[in-house]
Amino acid sequence: MSVPSQGEEAGASGTEFSLDSAEELSGDPAERPGLGPWRLTGRRLRRDKVALVAGAVFVLVVAACLAAPLWADHVANTTPEENHLSDQVTIDGEKTDVVDLRGKPIGPTWNGEFFLGADSNGRDIMVRLLYGGRNSLVIGIAGALGTILIGLVLGLLAGYYRGRTDSVLRWVLDVIWAFPVILLGVALGTALALGGLSIGPITIEGDSLAIPTLIIAVIYIPYLARPVRGQALALREREFVEAARAQGMGSLRIVFTEILPNVSSTLVVFLPLLVANAILLEASLSFLGAGVQPPNPSWGTMIAEGVDRIVTAPHLTIVPGAMLVLAVLSLNVFGEGVRDALDPRAKVRIEH
Amino acid sequence: MSSGMARFVIRRLLSMLLVLFAVSVIVFLIFNVIPNSDPAVRMAGKIPTETQVEAIREEWGFDEPLYVQYATMMKKLFTGETISYSNQQNVTEEIWKGLPRTLSLAVGAALIWMAFAIALGLYSALRAGRLSDRFLNVLALIGISMPVFWLGALMSYYLGHKLGIFPTGGYVEFTENPLDWFWHLVMPWTALSVLFIGFYSRVLRSDVLETMGEDYVRTARAKGLSERRVLLKHVLRNSLIPIITLWGLDFGAVIGGAAILTETVFSLQGVGEYAAESIKQTDLPPIMAVTMFGAFFIVIFNTVVDVAYAALDPRIRLDAEGSR
Repeated sequence: MSVPSQGEEAGASGTEFSLDSAEELSGDPAERPGLGPWRLTGRRLRRDKVALVAGAVFVLVVAACLAAPLWADHVANTTPEENHLSDQVTIDGEKTDVVDLRGKPIGPTWNGEFFLGADSNGRDIMVRLLYGGRNSLVIGIAGALGTILIGLVLGLLAGYYRGRTDSVLRWVLDVIWAFPVILLGVALGTALALGGLSIGPITIEGDSLAIPTLIIAVIYIPYLARPVRGQALALREREFVEAARAQGMGSLRIVFTEILPNVSSTLVVFLPLLVANAILLEASLSFLGAGVQPPNPSWGTMIAEGVDRIVTAPHLTIVPGAMLVLAVLSLNVFGEGVRDALDPRAKVRIEH
Repeated sequence: MSSGMARFVIRRLLSMLLVLFAVSVIVFLIFNVIPNSDPAVRMAGKIPTETQVEAIREEWGFDEPLYVQYATMMKKLFTGETISYSNQQNVTEEIWKGLPRTLSLAVGAALIWMAFAIALGLYSALRAGRLSDRFLNVLALIGISMPVFWLGALMSYYLGHKLGIFPTGGYVEFTENPLDWFWHLVMPWTALSVLFIGFYSRVLRSDVLETMGEDYVRTARAKGLSERRVLLKHVLRNSLIPIITLWGLDFGAVIGGAAILTETVFSLQGVGEYAAESIKQTDLPPIMAVTMFGAFFIVIFNTVVDVAYAALDPRIRLDAEGSR
């Protein structure tokens, strides 16, 4: 079964799992009663061919980026940072400058070396695209996981404990929410890129990927914490929570063993969409100079470098942007399939 | 206005002030606590001597305790006397200069994205499941998957530079030449709207489909009302509420800094681009002022939406009351 393992546990532990959609769609012959909600989701998802294709495309993008060193070492014979300003390549038996005398870089050769052309420093775009994709994907995925972790804890605590905890946490969320997203990200990014960050024994260098990752994780917290809080608020009044309380379970244990499994569908719905938006936000931050710091490549920094030279070499902008759109689009389509399969009524709103 | 409503409004306003206060403290700290961001060292030039740095520190008050510096900065912000560290210009005047540009962009784009979203969302809902609906869905998904600055740069290159239909960037005052003003803004408006059209049209589509299944819509049909009347009066009116809410929030966000990328790509030199330039120079006063300005708009529009909701739906008021 391709369903997440935590789901099987949620079903097995006997906790109640409310899924309005399951009742709605029960007329369907494939939706046999008695199947756990996660297995139902898996079945519905497997019938959603568009979502499956999209998911496969994203996996391919990830695999290609993971294979970056293979391409760099065995096909392109260069590294993402290596300049080839004064080098020449042979195309159709003719020797051509990688970057010509007027500074115009070579376009796609569709050969091993400079497959997608070179940038204005004579660096191989294909190699940078794959290595840059690693950075963009790492930031996107780690940022989204960070958001889920922090947002989940804040939302659960606020919703379960209510009262003063809730007031304080809601105020924190309001503050994050009130910040102009990109302004906050860019301000933090620029300031941290200057001096790095050191909290106690942990020191993060100014050009570390951890900085944009942290910023992105923080910015999206309210988008997740607010719906989780709402669910926790409703779940804490349910009978099974009351039963747990009557058995003498502590509040923290109730939060994590009784409430948490019931908000897990929300987390699964959010994850792909959060990753997609985190990748877009990384690009925006890098475009404004506050994300990944050069010479490290990322799709965002590559687009930023390309836009400055769009008139002489439009492929510098088009190529990384197209790759970014491919990754984000496949995630959005897949994420929508997951949402439809799991909880079609979920209202998910994230912006970049 | 009932006393419950009055209390709700007052509480919302108070929490709004608290949020703005927190935002100002955080921005101030970001630029004062972080290492290597000592403004005196940067202002003193490339190779500063210790005495130069000391003199600047004293002149600008950087030697005072942080809370005094914060208080002075906020006081200047409110009296409009904030001066930029990097070029000694009055920040308030710069923001006023950029405001009509940012507002032109935001208002125009907001009208465009709402009009298109309603038309496309409604059309999709009526054609649900057909080819045209799926096609629009794909377009919408592509729209929300594109970075606005990438789309903007490509538009500027192909439609502006290559085909020469639109100017590649820049801004013309409305009072100077309305037609030129319009022509310069067509591409920025479009680039900024695409994301929102994609997003809103899908929200509207699902809300319309949901509303069409409601009992009162069936009743309206059963009464013999025309399909057109059912659709416009009963279905659309109710389905519009969620996207009008989003509209309020997003409009606040766009004025409050979300347009920074669009402004930068098309060099509109609005408030957002001013912020982007100030951030590059770690020039605290303008960043502080623009962030406060942005947060102010976001919080105002959030509060307006909340209050409007509470006025329409008493349950929200009670809920806020009960969850204290």
